[in-house]
Amino acid sequence: MRQALEGSQAIARAVALCRPGVVAAYPITPQTHIVEGISKLVADGVMDCELVSVESEFSAASVALGAAAAGSRAYTASSSQGIMLMSEVLYNIAGLRVPMVLTCANRAVGAPLSIWNDQQDSMAVRDAGWIQLYCADNQEAVDTTIQAFRIAEATELPVMVCVDGFVLTHTMEPIDLPDQDVVDAFLPPYHFARMLDPARPISLGTLVDPAWFTEARHSHHHALLKALPVIEQVDRDWQAATGRAAGGLLEVIGPADAPTAILCLGSVASTFTEVLEDHPPDDPVKLIKLRAFRPFPAEALRAACIGVKTLIVLERALSPGLGGIVAVEVQAILATVPDAPAVHGFAAGLGGRDMPVELLPDLLAAARAGRPGEFTIADVQLSKLPEEDR
Amino acid sequence: MPPELDQTALDDLRRRQPRFRGLEAGHRACQGCGEALAARLVMESIGPDVVVTNATGCLEVFTTPWPQSAWRVPWMHSLFENSAAIASGVEAALKHQGRDGTKVVALGGDGGTFDIGFQALSGMLERTHDILYVCFDNEAYMNTGIQRSSSTPHAAATTTSPSGKARMGKRHLKKDLLSIIAAHHIPYAASASVAYPADLRRKVRHAIGIKGPTFLLVHSPCPLGWAHDAARTVEIARLAVQTGLFPLIEMERSEVVGVMPIRDPRPVTDYLSLQGRFRHLFTEGDPRALEEREHLQALADHTIAKFGLRGAGPDPLDSDGADTVRRGGNSA
Amino acid sequence: MLEIRIHGRGGQGNVVAAYLLAGAAFEVGRHCQAFPAFGAERRGAPVTAFVRIADCPIRRRNQVRTPAFLIIQDDSLLHVPGVLDGLLPGGGVLVNSTESSESLSARLGVATASIPATTLSTEVLGRPMPNVALLAAFLTATGALPHDALDKALAHRFKGDVLERNRALMARAEASVPAGLWSIDISERETHAAGA
Repeated sequence: MRQALEGSQAIARAVALCRPGVVAAYPITPQTHIVEGISKLVADGVMDCELVSVESEFSAASVALGAAAAGSRAYTASSSQGIMLMSEVLYNIAGLRVPMVLTCANRAVGAPLSIWNDQQDSMAVRDAGWIQLYCADNQEAVDTTIQAFRIAEATELPVMVCVDGFVLTHTMEPIDLPDQDVVDAFLPPYHFARMLDPARPISLGTLVDPAWFTEARHSHHHALLKALPVIEQVDRDWQAATGRAAGGLLEVIGPADAPTAILCLGSVASTFTEVLEDHPPDDPVKLIKLRAFRPFPAEALRAACIGVKTLIVLERALSPGLGGIVAVEVQAILATVPDAPAVHGFAAGLGGRDMPVELLPDLLAAARAGRPGEFTIADVQLSKLPEEDR
Repeated sequence: MPPELDQTALDDLRRRQPRFRGLEAGHRACQGCGEALAARLVMESIGPDVVVTNATGCLEVFTTPWPQSAWRVPWMHSLFENSAAIASGVEAALKHQGRDGTKVVALGGDGGTFDIGFQALSGMLERTHDILYVCFDNEAYMNTGIQRSSSTPHAAATTTSPSGKARMGKRHLKKDLLSIIAAHHIPYAASASVAYPADLRRKVRHAIGIKGPTFLLVHSPCPLGWAHDAARTVEIARLAVQTGLFPLIEMERSEVVGVMPIRDPRPVTDYLSLQGRFRHLFTEGDPRALEEREHLQALADHTIAKFGLRGAGPDPLDSDGADTVRRGGNSA
Repeated sequence: MLEIRIHGRGGQGNVVAAYLLAGAAFEVGRHCQAFPAFGAERRGAPVTAFVRIADCPIRRRNQVRTPAFLIIQDDSLLHVPGVLDGLLPGGGVLVNSTESSESLSARLGVATASIPATTLSTEVLGRPMPNVALLAAFLTATGALPHDALDKALAHRFKGDVLERNRALMARAEASVPAGLWSIDISERETHAAGA
């Protein structure tokens, strides 16, 4: 049913529709409203789940892991420093190939302390072995949350649903929440084949020596690659069930043959979609909205870049001392393509800086004036810095 | 699995065992490992209907070298500091699935319990999960090669609290974990020792029968880390009790409800002198050695007085006969 | 698209005001978006929230820089630099104040209407919570949405006595500004353009 809902409340309701057995979480801005929403649904008897309010994000991830290993559908959510504190467990969850879903309400990582949105937190754990899906709006956040459980359970991989903190989590907008029977049909009860069960005792998380570790890593890597078609198929199935797709692996918006493209992740793609509607038709620009960052849809990206001469990669995070994170990956993936586009890397919107509609023409101008392969923080105000730091 | 050993045969074998052994023989623990002994005793008392979580440490490493495992019960290791939190999740899942009958036991060493896993443990106790947490206390980080923990006794030498001209081993006191645990007002917390297997079993069975969080601290000598004769593990563990250095007590809701009495407390030197980790306390002519021995004796005396350990009756003999059995080794 | 910026102080229901206005728009089948420029501020600190109302889906997620209207929940905020920034030509400012509309308009140099929302809410709700009174007056002044849309949005958020008192407050506040003071056209897609 279509309702005007705050993003966090919608995500909480979407989680409830998935009937998790155990939810464990620790509050952190801007994730709090999600967990508060779930807590209220449990208190009101709408949700039948064990809600474990833990003493840290480290334990939130651990409790969710224990619950999932014991065969329950498990969920947690966090942001920023919480994701950092969880990071050891996040690697562990993925390495153990235990399915679960985590909402990352994306937020900057301190210091300096910032409670506002960027995507440094999820980017910092990109190598943990989780599937990472980025949402452009709250409808995608709802649909992706539900899809995430199915993807996780089909692949035995954990899924992180990345939702821009405040920009999406605290925005009220019309959202279509699917009916319970639609979700029940899409997401049947789950049985974890390796669950901890005294009737069939197994040892989970054993010591693996050099004779086996490489093979474990190889199979984990391949499991992620094999998740690519699963992510696409689940989105198609969701579209069949609800009439809505959530962006597959990536989505190309705008003229297919545009020589200029902008690749971005998360809510800024929503803003740019609207801005491009008014963009002069004599300067065709298309948007590549990257939804799956892990596994990285290399083939889909190469296909989306056919005919592209200038590719702008905009990200809300950076790797200090290198520059762009996504930009460098994109460059590497396109390196094997004949007539590969010139890649221009930009970061913007760090620590909650607003990304106005003017950012798009600014990026186009900067890319056309700049050198390929360069990385720039597009919205830095150098005048605020002492001369030696500029 | 060899073809002749089908599931029925395995089930049959399992059924015909005289005692259920959750932790099977054939693992890779050191000779005389107190933790291996303690873990076997604990698992025997719990039975097969259990899910075990295990912190990183010796027990995890020596029981599960992939692709082998010594565990006959569902067992999970995640990280060093989250055994209690993993167990919390398992318990929540079992509860949600209506599998409440299955017990959940969290295992950890003193490093994973007193130190790095302490916060997760405190959270587990505060949230009153139905879990028995068992800490195998060998008083240092043995898995990484004998580094001091907050459970290491005062004056003990480890690789990070060595003795030397300026130091006499660990400068700080052993953390009184049991009091901190009891301050969570949980229904049952107790200390036990591998030297008193019948007492240990009784405590495990009592704890596992309680609905809610329970805690057992099991003193488990480490021949490697304590530098003692591997054949004297049980004897040394018993001396720790008989000197008053490791009191065996039971607490309910933060009140002491039972102690194992000591009729004739032994001098702490009887315990210390058998272990290389206290060797520097016996250096001839070093006034610091005498001072530290007296310090440790004072600590033991204080513990005996505090818990009223001086019993009127004879010292309890363990009914399993561990008191009288001594096998192999130099002292046989 | 109609863009509105709401300024208030922490504790005055600033975000709730934005959500109620967007919720009211949703009730009459319009597209809407409301979000706070959230700070780490505590009660009493200046806070800002944004509302967009349109006839087509709203995809932009940047902050509202060129609002058609400003709703100011606390007249002390008029002294805060930047509060009136970006107001579109022909736009209006609705202020919770006991100072007259004429006096404020002259002082600020923009079309301003005032209502004593703190007084009204204290009388009706028993506490100074100016947001619903301001929204009711805003709908009267602009005709942006029918009042029963706000009533429905209130009914989603409040229940029982609190709802009834807020309805009473709405009724009092509706009449406190002239109807059709400022006219707007939501279907105009790019009210933003003039300032952009």
